Formats: sequence, C-alpha cells, structure tokens
Amino acid sequence: MSETFTKSMARNIYFGGSVFFFLVFLALTYHTEQTFPERTNASQMTEAVVRGKLVWEQNNCIGCHTLLGEGAYFAPELGNVFVRRGEDAGFKPFLQAWMKIQPLGVPGRRAMPQFHLSDQEVDDIAEFLKWTSKINTNKWPPNKEG
Amino acid sequence: MNIANPHLKFASQAVAKPYFVFALILFLGQVLFGLIMGLQYVVGDFLFPLIPFNVARMVHTNLLIVWLLFGFMGAAYYLIPEEADRELHSPLLAKILFWVFAAAGVLTILGYLFVPYAGLAKMTGNDLLPTMGREFLEQPTITKMGIVVVALGFLYNIGMTLLKGRKTTISLVMMTGLIGLAVFFLFSFYNPENLARDKYYWWFVVHLWVEGVWELIMGAMLAFVLVKITGVDREVVEKWLYVIIAMALITGIIGTGHHFFWIGAPEVWLWVGSIFSALEPVPFFAMVLFAFSMVSKRRRQHPNRAATLWAKGTTVTAFFGAGVWGFLHTLAPVNYYTHGSQLTAAHGHLAFYGAYAMIVMTLISYAMPRLRGIGEANDERSQTMEVWGFWLMTLSMVLITLFLTAAGVMQVMLQRLPTDGTALSFMTTVDQLQVFFWLRLAAGVGFFIGLGCYLFSFKRRGQDVLVGVAAASA
Repeated sequence: MSETFTKSMARNIYFGGSVFFFLVFLALTYHTEQTFPERTNASQMTEAVVRGKLVWEQNNCIGCHTLLGEGAYFAPELGNVFVRRGEDAGFKPFLQAWMKIQPLGVPGRRAMPQFHLSDQEVDDIAEFLKWTSKINTNKWPPNKEG
Repeated sequence: MNIANPHLKFASQAVAKPYFVFALILFLGQVLFGLIMGLQYVVGDFLFPLIPFNVARMVHTNLLIVWLLFGFMGAAYYLIPEEADRELHSPLLAKILFWVFAAAGVLTILGYLFVPYAGLAKMTGNDLLPTMGREFLEQPTITKMGIVVVALGFLYNIGMTLLKGRKTTISLVMMTGLIGLAVFFLFSFYNPENLARDKYYWWFVVHLWVEGVWELIMGAMLAFVLVKITGVDREVVEKWLYVIIAMALITGIIGTGHHFFWIGAPEVWLWVGSIFSALEPVPFFAMVLFAFSMVSKRRRQHPNRAATLWAKGTTVTAFFGAGVWGFLHTLAPVNYYTHGSQLTAAHGHLAFYGAYAMIVMTLISYAMPRLRGIGEANDERSQTMEVWGFWLMTLSMVLITLFLTAAGVMQVMLQRLPTDGTALSFMTTVDQLQVFFWLRLAAGVGFFIGLGCYLFSFKRRGQDVLVGVAAASA
C-alpha cells in the first residue's frame, strides 16, 4: 500500500466505520422491533404457542429439521408444515398420529426418534407451528414443500 | 527436569500448549462425528437410535465451536505476552481455567451423548431460564454460564497483561475481538418467546461472531504469524490489519441482514442485507493480498515452511469459503430459493474450515515447535507430513464443498423452483441426491486421513528428542 495512506488513516476508518455502521445496525434493529408485533401476529401468541416453543426447544427439533430455513438440513422444513399437512382441519390429528408412530422403522430411511410426548405437548407444538406458519416471511418458502 | 524452554520469549507462554493440544483432540472428535453424520446422510438409520442425527450434529458443531475457542485462547496466551513484552498476568489462572473449561466441555458432550436432550434440559433446569434447543446454542444454561465465567477470567488475565505491558495494534485488535466474542455471547441468554425475535437476536451471537468479531481475532492471529515468519516491518503489517478489520466490520455488521430475509423481519433487510453482505468477500480478499504480499516481501527465509503454507492457505480458503461461497447465495432473489438448502451446508463447511480451523492451525504450526522446545521449526520429515495433512484436509474440504454445492443446486431445482404440485417433497428430493452424499462421505474419509497425517506430524522421533536434550543441555 502506498505511503500516502498511513496507518492512522486506516485506524480512523476502522473506528469511524465500525461505530457508524453499528449505530445504523441499532437503528435498523429498532425499526425491526416496531414491525414484529404485526408481522408475527404477536396478539395470537397464546400460552399454548409459548409452551409449544419450549417443547420444540427441549427436544432439539432444530437438530434435524429447519424452521424458517434455519437449522439442520436433514429433515423437512417445518415453518410451513401446518400448510402442507392439512391446515386447520387436519393438522392436529395428523401431528398426533405422526408423533406416535415414530420411528417408522423403514430400513435405510432417515429415522425420527420417539420423543414420548404427551397429547398436550403435541397439541402445543401444533399451535406453535400453526402460529409460525402465519409469520410474514416475505413469502418464503417458494412452495408448499418448504 | 525443570529446564526453562529456551525457545519461548516468556516462560508463561507455555500455558498455551495444553489449550492447543486439547483443541486438536476435540477437532478429531468433531471429524469423527462428521463421518457418522455423513454416513447417516446415505444410510438414514445408521446408529439409530443409539446416536440419532440431531445428537451427532450437536456434538459435531459444538465440538467445532469449543475447539476453536480453545484455539483462540491458546493463541491469546501465546501472543499477548509476546506482544505486551511481559509475562502473563497469572499463568496459574490460565491453567485453572483450562481445566474448568475442559471439564465443562467434556461433561456437556457426554450429557448430549448419554442423556436424552429433554432429560438434559430437565436435569439442568432449563425451565427456569430457557436457553437450550437453539442451533449451536444447545448447551445447558449452566454450561453457558460456565463459559461466561471462563471468558471473564480469561479476559481479565490477558487484559491485565496488556494493561501492564506494551500495547501493539495486534494485541489490541486481538483483545477487541475477544471482548466482542464474550459480549455477543451474552445474547445466548436472551430467548424471547416470539420466534421471529428469538431468531433475530440469535444472529447477534452467530453472525456477529463469525462474520464480525472473529474476523478481528483471525486478522490479529494472521498478522502476528506474518510478522514473525516474514520479518516485514510492523508498521506495514498493522496498516494492513486495520484495513482488513475496517472492511470486515463495515460490511459485516449490516451484512447480518442477509439472515433477516425470511424470518419475519421487515422488507428493508432484503436490500440492506443483500448490498452489505455482497461486500463481505472484500475483507477476505484483502487478507489474501496481505498474506501473499507479506510473504513475497519477506526479509528472512523462515525455516517453518509449513506455518507459511498455513498462513497463505487460510486466507485463500477463507476467501473462497466465506467470501465466494457466501456471495453465491447472499443476494435475496437467489437466497429465496437456496435458503436452508445443501448450499448453506456447503458454504458453512468451507468457510469455517478456511477461516477459523485453518487460522488456529496456522498459529499452532508456528507456535507448537517452540512450545515443545524443538525450536523455530520441526524437522523436515515432520514438516513434510504436516504439509501432506494440509493438502489432504484442504482438498478434501474443497471436494466436500463441491459435492454439497452440486447437491444443493439439484435440491433447488427439484424442490424449490417448481410450483406446488410439481415440486418434489424434501424426503423424495434427498433420495435423488444420494450419489452426491456418497461422494461427500468419501471426501470426508479423505479429510480424516489428512487429519491423521497432520496429527502424526506431531510425533516426536528419537532424533528430535536427542536434539531437544542437546539444546537443553547446551
């Protein structure tokens, strides 16, 4: 690098640039916070949704699945599983049945453990996934398959 | 025998050694679990239900994080005294924290392996302050608290050393990066009930670590090794370092936005995240220029050619893994189709290996011969073995990345691009990708062999021992 560009100039760009953009980041975070209640339908976050999130977390579901595209990439996306599996009419019965028959025991197929969840816990997860499917995700995923 | 190591400037730098050794043991564990998962990708019920995929993945990623943290800490204990030109504030504290951190790490991994996760959550009182069950932050809350305690003790120790000693740019940048690492980790205790908000702040740990403050740590470690092996004027090196970290933070902080496209955050991030993260390759490219121009301007031919190779290699691999492979899917219109596909996995592997695994191995390569009392460099045969390890691991990781990229492109074509009705389901899609996953597994075996060569290069042969004894008695 040329001699006219000195170390102290580089240092000033580092300090000034990082402080400035960190402040911009905070401003954008403030803006994001303002939009969350509406974009996530926070008013519909029932106690069941909150309990369901905890069941989701305490069984490490993210270790295989993705949720809104984040997680492991070993098992299907569940952010829109409510839409994929029956919506209001069919999703809860589907999930109850699905959780009970795991593992499927098909040789060579990726296997999901049996988590021994109570009916209440499965219902809570269902409520959590239903609420999740209604978050405004800028239209992601592109189709029902997630 | 209690002979001071003549190859260390300060005796207290020796505390770095157990950190490096333990880091490499954990690295070996990480790769073994990677192989288990690679096999589970093609034989879905392999080791089921003994080690379900979610457990193997948790062990694989957590071991990665922990071994890199051990590597960073070892690097700090080695370079901070040398830069500050004084002994470490408290070598005893560094030794105690080593055992605390190692014990906490081992217990946590054993917990993952032998207790069902829900049971682990119950045992450790996750209900009281729920922080578990989020990707990479799966550690029980009590382990997270332990990490904070270790980090505070560690920062106190190197901070005191720095305060009392010479303050160089390299040590200040290293310190800033490590403080940032600890500060952003605190967000792991914030787990809002609203999933979108949870995900938003989760990235304050994950992104602001790997595409933020960790780049400061990487830059400082790289600069330190380059000063040592090239003998280039410190002023020049430090100017480069400032340019690199300036670019890293200017692009990387707002670049966090590329994770906010589809998780419930507002549309503004589609633009802001795309633009800033598209510039994130710049600091990595600057690191390539930095390493190669310092080596070409070197004032001495350092006998440790392996360390020179690692220093150059980490910048190039990080540029491709973090820079190019990140850029490939960082623009929102592209990411709409690739988000959470095998392309993400491809990028993650080459980026972490290139930037962080390799920078730790760069420092280990430079420092370990001295820490072991061998001298500036290992003998030729050991270095040749190390260079074999470098190439086998690096090329294998490039292949893993290419196979996962191919799998990801195909996944997008089968599962994401078609409309409802014609798109294949996830499970049908992965069946179509089997051949790529088999090839990836083969490349993983290649990586394991490379790691074997690398670890074997540390084997001390009879001749070395004699040289060591001769040096010690001279």
